[in-house]
Amino acid sequence: MNSKKSQKIAFFLLFLATLLIVVPVGLIVVIIIQKGIGAISWQFLTDIPRKGMRAGGIFPAIVGTIYLVTGAIVFALPVGLFAAIYLSEYAKDNFLTRMIKLAIVNLAGVPSVVYGLFGLAIFVIFFNLGTSILSGSLTLGIMILPVIITTSREALESVPYSFREASLSLGASKWQTIRHIVLPNAIPGILTGTILGLGRAAGETAPILFTVAAFYLPQLPKSIFDQAMALPYHLYVISTQVPNVDENIRYGTALVLLFLVLFMNLIAIIIRYQFRKQKKW
Amino acid sequence: MRKIKEFFIEKLILICGLASIFFVLLIFLFLLKEGFAVFKTVSPAKFLFGSKWYPISEPAQLGILPLILGSLLVTLGAAVISIPIGVASAIFIAEVAPAKLKEILKAGTELLAAIPSVVLGFIGMVTLVPWVKNIFHLPTGLTALSGSIMLAFMAMPTIVSIAEDALYSVPKSYKEGALALGATQWQAIWRVILPAASSGILAAVMLGLGRVIGETMAVMMITGNAAVLPHSILQPVRTLTATIAAEMGEAVVGSEHYFALFAIGIVLFIISFGINVTADIFLHRRK
Repeated sequence: MNSKKSQKIAFFLLFLATLLIVVPVGLIVVIIIQKGIGAISWQFLTDIPRKGMRAGGIFPAIVGTIYLVTGAIVFALPVGLFAAIYLSEYAKDNFLTRMIKLAIVNLAGVPSVVYGLFGLAIFVIFFNLGTSILSGSLTLGIMILPVIITTSREALESVPYSFREASLSLGASKWQTIRHIVLPNAIPGILTGTILGLGRAAGETAPILFTVAAFYLPQLPKSIFDQAMALPYHLYVISTQVPNVDENIRYGTALVLLFLVLFMNLIAIIIRYQFRKQKKW
Repeated sequence: MRKIKEFFIEKLILICGLASIFFVLLIFLFLLKEGFAVFKTVSPAKFLFGSKWYPISEPAQLGILPLILGSLLVTLGAAVISIPIGVASAIFIAEVAPAKLKEILKAGTELLAAIPSVVLGFIGMVTLVPWVKNIFHLPTGLTALSGSIMLAFMAMPTIVSIAEDALYSVPKSYKEGALALGATQWQAIWRVILPAASSGILAAVMLGLGRVIGETMAVMMITGNAAVLPHSILQPVRTLTATIAAEMGEAVVGSEHYFALFAIGIVLFIISFGINVTADIFLHRRK
């Protein structure tokens, strides 16, 4: 076989492999939209679940997820951003920095259900916060920390070094330089990371299984010490734990969750794109 | 005054910088604290290699071998599917696809990574599981094979994106050199670029499989959850992760069962730690 021909075959196979990933992804999204769109109505989005989750809406689950995600970000953003500032502005190339980076990689790799165990052991039992929105938010917050640190750090490091030098040479202190020069220029990147973290937290189920999730709670949580329903857990419950749930409700719930997560990812992509276009350096 | 303020801010930054190390240690300590007690009743060897998992019978049988093998079987299946496809499409995206198509394909794999695992599990239940059942004429489609196929899709985004990075970071002069010597594009990719990127690709595969071992919801929804020693990939199995997720709700805090589930958490933590540290070493060797 001549080499031109084998190249053609090889490239065709590579293309085929790529299709094997991209086509099913497209199909998954299309199937969920097609079958779920019929269930979406104002009532479905704003009503509480009724008849043992076989009718009614998913409002408490949506609200629960919003609470959880907000709580996670309130915790993870400041810690993650400061950690990113440390790595990008202060850290020297030494053993400690290497350990921090390794810890971030490991934190990102810990299985989600192990986060659930950890949240149960430390927040629910040790700090006695009970199964509550607070416990769940903190657990999710630690889980998304690596996403926020990594993206924020990239954003900070992409600010040219000359900006810092100019500021320092004008007599600004290191913190002033970070606060007034580096951070403002890195905001779009930090925002992207934050939104990606939000999307991740919104879709995770295992970390909230034992820390917050209520099987069936047809009312809104009153405080952060209450249990709550959440969209991903609700989808799990109605597709495996409750028999005879109308297909429509399942697909509808999947669609709302998928929409929420993809919408956040889309916003992140748009911000990144706009930022790249406007970048002056 | 400003000096004092900055002093405190810089200390705060340092503390947050160390937070990741702190949390990794904290996770491990709390898993140990809650899980280690199981070894008062079961020896570590009996726990790891015992072939019976009957946590609520009297006396409880706490051998996690069926669960370990369940995880291994599902992971192996996912590896067989996801490694060739993932690496091949990384090559396609990095080296072959024209710029416009490249962006679309990258967005496609990122989209796959963004889909929540519970949604993938749900789609697997309603599409893949009936297919597997019909194709192989099985009593149930909730099998290790279904889990492997679904998990392959969760590993592929990781494999593609890290392997693509690795291919991309091979110096362009390597490829140019090969082409100048008369090699075709494909020969340059196969003989020069791939070997140069091999440690990065290995890291990509490891991290992808790490994701598979740790995956919980999708696997719990479609592998059938039978905690028995698996004999075939067409049988229901139960993984380490699914066992924790499915049983922790019913385990009484402080019971043997509860300790055992945390001990499974320790096993998972150690596996993911090992994978991540090794992958990190491979990624750094490249540079």
